[in-house]
Amino acid sequence: MRHALKRSNQDRLYDAVTYVILILLLLIVAYPLYFVVIASISDPKLVATGRILLWPQSFNLDGYMEVVRYSPIWTGYRNTLVYTVLFTSLSAMISLMAGYALSRKPFPGKTAVIAFLLFTMFFNGGLIPTYLLMKEIGLYGSPAIIVLMGAVNVTNIIISRTFMKSTIPDELYEAACMDGCSHTSFFFRIVMPVSKALIAVLVLFAAVSQWNSWFTAMIYLTKEEQMPLQMVLRDLIVNQSALSMASDSASMGGDAAAQIYLVESMRYAVIIVSTLPILCFYPFVQKYFVKGVMIGSVKG
Amino acid sequence: MVTAGLSKQREKEKPLRFRIWQSRELYLFLLPAVLLVIVFSYLPMYGILVAFKDYKPHLGILDSAWAGFTYFERFFSMPMFGVILKNTLILSFYMLIAGFPLPIILALALNSAPNQKLKKLVQTITYAPHFISIVIIVGMINIFFSPSTGIVRNLLNNVGLIEGNIDVLMNASSFPHLYVWSGVWQTLGWSSIIYLGALSGVDPALHEAAIIDGATKFQRVLRIDLPLIVPTIVILLILESGTIMNVGFEKTFLMQNAFNLSTSEVINTYVYKIGIREAQYSLSAAIGLFNSGINFIMILLVNQVSRRFGQESLW
Repeated sequence: MRHALKRSNQDRLYDAVTYVILILLLLIVAYPLYFVVIASISDPKLVATGRILLWPQSFNLDGYMEVVRYSPIWTGYRNTLVYTVLFTSLSAMISLMAGYALSRKPFPGKTAVIAFLLFTMFFNGGLIPTYLLMKEIGLYGSPAIIVLMGAVNVTNIIISRTFMKSTIPDELYEAACMDGCSHTSFFFRIVMPVSKALIAVLVLFAAVSQWNSWFTAMIYLTKEEQMPLQMVLRDLIVNQSALSMASDSASMGGDAAAQIYLVESMRYAVIIVSTLPILCFYPFVQKYFVKGVMIGSVKG
Repeated sequence: MVTAGLSKQREKEKPLRFRIWQSRELYLFLLPAVLLVIVFSYLPMYGILVAFKDYKPHLGILDSAWAGFTYFERFFSMPMFGVILKNTLILSFYMLIAGFPLPIILALALNSAPNQKLKKLVQTITYAPHFISIVIIVGMINIFFSPSTGIVRNLLNNVGLIEGNIDVLMNASSFPHLYVWSGVWQTLGWSSIIYLGALSGVDPALHEAAIIDGATKFQRVLRIDLPLIVPTIVILLILESGTIMNVGFEKTFLMQNAFNLSTSEVINTYVYKIGIREAQYSLSAAIGLFNSGINFIMILLVNQVSRRFGQESLW
């Protein structure tokens, strides 16, 4: 501590600069999110004329009312919920099972299977060949494609394999094997219970990606009532036509400006409504994100 | 070790048929993954034939007539070829240059943050946009930059920087900036995680020694932390450059409008438009194959480079 005084000024300056950088980045990322929240619960006219900047004013839930009345949102919600649950269980299960098999000691064809899976990370048929093939084999237009396509994620399989290699030694299986345990019962009784962190990460990533996805639906689904939430949102907040129509039918006439304000307000509300599940989920699972990214960065 | 070696050898001596029978359960474990990969990855690879054929839907892929390289030649002679290639490369490089340094700075700042509560808060908030869907992100861009009611217009009017409305959404030259900086906003926190991980591996003894030698905090970050994450930086930079031809389809596509097409049309969006919308399957497949081909070569090259650097290679 002899140098404490000599250092402290420069260190204090450094700390100050660090504070400034962190707070600046924090504000830049946080403000747009915060603004959406306050804009969605304020008087749309004040929002549109730029008088809502820091605090919500003239509490107003008209935007939310419009969203609640707009039925395609709820159909989309239900579809996304179903797709997400099915996709997530399938995808996590496949990664766990394949990861387990590939983490065991050599068996005939193991290297070939790994190469077979890895190759798909670097080369694929591309959009049009895939599209034509899906038409030929009859998956086009079927909601099954939403659940099946992308359910095999090679990165996740590698993550599982790496995780299991390091946490479940072959000796453990051999001991269980002596007691007459098969791979299947070993997998369900020993491997699954000790892989909770891995399962959390796999479930989280799969659920978020399916919740947010719209591209597969846009290409392969044809029926309105099968569309996931993000497709409905796309029509509402990106292509604005659907939204104006929705509010046209909802509100009775009125002047054009009020109409525009209401549409804007509805857009803020719909962002909140559709992101809410993830935001509620987020604080509880945040600690796993970092773990997931770190496991993922370990080379298999 | 000796017994392990022996048992391994004994394993090898067993007849292949026996070893296959012994691992039958493991094959069943792999079955779902392998089946789905065949259907969704390998079958479409056979569909690449479409790029070399005059594909007629009623004839199917196999029975359509061969067209050789006709569609590739047509693509290279199109005026669109230059435009979409240029847009793709500009967006990629811009994203790489703008998006790369900030996460490193954020990670270094977080790592030496004097206040743990602030650190936690910054992490929680900056990771969040990563979990917001692209549709919502583009929706937010559209609302914020709305010409007459958006907050950006209102803010700029309030401080007197502009009068009246703004037109960035309808302006082709602002598309790359909107695209890139909204991307930086969304991925900044998430990308910093990997550097934070690398920084957590730095031996505290180095810092202690440096403190005894009278190094300031800034000197320690510059001479200890930064050099020790250089390998991570290099490998990520190399990996990033391997995806140079893959500008995210989803965001570009959603941000496109009639006014910004001259800067926003990239290879992926063009493939979609002429393939799915205009049903010019063979031409579109040829363009797609051109893109995947370059991507594939890039990844092979990048892997070679990273091996040269003595870093871990991808395989």
